[in-house]
Amino acid sequence: MKKIYFDYSASTPVDKRVLKLMEPYFSEKFGNSMSLHSFGQEAKLAIENARTVLASIINANSSEIIFTSSATESNNMALKGIAFANNLPGKKKKNHIIISSVEHPCVVESAKWLVKQPWHGFEITKLPVDEFGAVNPEDVKKAIKENTVLVSVIHASNEIGTIQKIEEIGKICKDAGIYFHTDATQSFGKISIDVKKMNIDLLTASSHKIYGPKGVGMLFVKKGTVIQPILHGGGQEQGLRGSTVNVAGIVGFAKAAELCKKEMKIENKRLEILRDKLIKEVLKIKNSRLNGHPKNRLANNANFSFDFVEGESLLMQLDMQGIACSTGSACSSFNLEPSHVLLATGLKPEQAHGSLRISLGRFTTNKDIEKIIKVLPKIVEKIRSMSPFKCQ
Amino acid sequence: MPKNNIKNKKCPRINTCSALYTPKVMEAFKNPHNYGKIKDADGIGKVGNIVCGDVMWLYVKVDSSKKGEIIKDIKFETFGCVAAISTSSMITDLAKGKTIPQALKIKKEDIIKKLGGLPSVKYHCSVLAVDALVEAIYDYFLKNKKDMPEVLQKKHTKIQKEKEIIEKRYKNWST
Repeated sequence: MKKIYFDYSASTPVDKRVLKLMEPYFSEKFGNSMSLHSFGQEAKLAIENARTVLASIINANSSEIIFTSSATESNNMALKGIAFANNLPGKKKKNHIIISSVEHPCVVESAKWLVKQPWHGFEITKLPVDEFGAVNPEDVKKAIKENTVLVSVIHASNEIGTIQKIEEIGKICKDAGIYFHTDATQSFGKISIDVKKMNIDLLTASSHKIYGPKGVGMLFVKKGTVIQPILHGGGQEQGLRGSTVNVAGIVGFAKAAELCKKEMKIENKRLEILRDKLIKEVLKIKNSRLNGHPKNRLANNANFSFDFVEGESLLMQLDMQGIACSTGSACSSFNLEPSHVLLATGLKPEQAHGSLRISLGRFTTNKDIEKIIKVLPKIVEKIRSMSPFKCQ
Repeated sequence: MPKNNIKNKKCPRINTCSALYTPKVMEAFKNPHNYGKIKDADGIGKVGNIVCGDVMWLYVKVDSSKKGEIIKDIKFETFGCVAAISTSSMITDLAKGKTIPQALKIKKEDIIKKLGGLPSVKYHCSVLAVDALVEAIYDYFLKNKKDMPEVLQKKHTKIQKEKEIIEKRYKNWST
């Protein structure tokens, strides 16, 4: 049975072109980029080239890119690094952070952790979203207080694909003199990003979501931003992130980003056609709905809810047919709680229970879409036949 | 408790599932036994889990035999995850043909053992199956105006509290 992967928002395969470029950096060009000899310089050159490529993609300067191990680390650093560096004793209190209610758990958990820290009195405001999961920029404006230091809003939702009005939010933050961070893990390489035009001070991106290797991320930190490291060490990354640099991973990350940038327009067009076909067909299933914004969403994301169906069962039935997807069902989460993103859009817990995320990517074909369109209604029907709840 | 449960306890955070379930669980999920309705059921047990939101209904048909009253037929309808469906299937297998006192003795551990283990985060699904059976038998006693054993009454009172919450949640869904 041919397996079909519909979980590109979770991770992507490394593109062969990326892998090829990475290979020499394991056994041949293995030097530590901090070493002064030729081995070290070779590695240093490779990561600096990668930095330049990645910076140019978001219209930043290469000195503004910090390499990390993941988007999670980048988001942790953005929140904690800004919070601690800017709330100093004897100065005006800067201990208020604004986030949205559709952030990735690593942002939510970092924020929660900050609140628990003694002495600082950190406080968090969570912005509401509309039924499509979008933040109203006016709400950002209203939430800003005297002591606000940072606003962090996800660029595009990892669950429902909704794209936020980043430029407007950035402008509001700029006018208020507040740092603005966006988690662009899902959007980087898929949507054009210009940190200057969009007034972004900090931006998170990840390699393994764009056909690069796992274990590499970056944080764009605008020049002049006051931030502290969370990993202290040997002075790497301008002293902002101790750790021997993952040279092969970074080389791969840059190549992956370069390819995405080059192919973005054509790829988005292609994916949109496939996604819209998928949405149109899936919504023919009784008691189903689309989660997230109908138009203003990532080209590769479709997220549905099916009444009277539990998501984990749905996911596993699909898996048995060789189709890999994802769900926001409580049953599939470690804490048995349904997706906070779906709940924030106003879905009831029982509706989030039957959610299915289908995320497309570089290797998704029309044939794959045809297959899931054919299989999904039957599976939904089978699961419903086992349920005491019935469609009206 | 089978040994592999100790192993499972370490990885409740994994949220993709196939690695989480034993082959026996997956088998019961793929080909569940005894699902559907019994139209003229003698007792129906309706339970739900207030945390995750899963709902399980069990239908029983009771008949008399030499051994006393036995569960002649049993079927389930479940709105829930892989674990909920596999525990539903397993409880029907375990209860079928048993006398009522025997059926009331089925514990969650019996189900878990028969399934080759469950992830600890899914233990509550096996509790749900046991509760559903208790409720179905309670319903049978009630409908036939039989003397209610004290144990059964106690178990029922406890389950009932959870049920009220879950019924409120699904009040707009028809059954």
